[in-house]
Amino acid sequence: MEPDRHSELNALRPDLLRFARLQLRDAGAAEDAVQETLLAALAGGKQFEQKSSYKTWLISILRNKIIDIIRSQGREAPLSALTDDPEEEAAIEALFEADGHWRKDVRPARWADPEASLEQQQFWRVFEACLDHLPERTARVFMMREVLGLDTGEICKETGISTSNCWVVLHRARLALRACLQQGWFAGAEA
Amino acid sequence: MLSCKQATELMSQEQDRRLTLVERIGLRLHVMICSACASYRAQMAFLRQACRRLGSGGGL
Repeated sequence: MEPDRHSELNALRPDLLRFARLQLRDAGAAEDAVQETLLAALAGGKQFEQKSSYKTWLISILRNKIIDIIRSQGREAPLSALTDDPEEEAAIEALFEADGHWRKDVRPARWADPEASLEQQQFWRVFEACLDHLPERTARVFMMREVLGLDTGEICKETGISTSNCWVVLHRARLALRACLQQGWFAGAEA
Repeated sequence: MLSCKQATELMSQEQDRRLTLVERIGLRLHVMICSACASYRAQMAFLRQACRRLGSGGGL
């Protein structure tokens, strides 16, 4: 292991920790996942191929560690035991008129050049804050699907919730996340 | 005709499963005449893009 690799690892640690905390919502579990990732990276440094960035490689290890932790948590405390969040439901109901049309003041409008936002660090802080703001069960299912890349079948298996329930939870997550980004980022960007 | 609320459900589910032909046609007709839902659909695609980026370490 070259010394520059070692310092690179240290420099990336806070990013890895933030990523793990976002997924696991548990500082202790996040710390464990990062620790295991760093150990695996130190042990398997030769497996790293230059075709991806070092950070991408570390995140891919971390992702697997997080999935392992989620699996074991799922066995101990199934997500199906978490109940619906009435506040979340009320927030969704508030987006639509009784006839199912968008309420006038929340009708989605086009976002100007959203891809450009992906290059701005401030956007990512807002995005993470929006993810963090989702209710726990919603966030867990959404991250498993979108950030960790599991399909709904796997999510059902790991969490014990039904497929149709999974779709409902993902839909709520997307509605809430879109609204949060609108409010926290794109509304300001347009002004 | 789908309501916007129903359309948003399908726009979420199309990210997770293949919609039926009837659902796809209904959704296509809806977004043709509803600019809010057309925007929403583009934003769903953007959310996926951002999450993928986050999941591959590019969002930090």
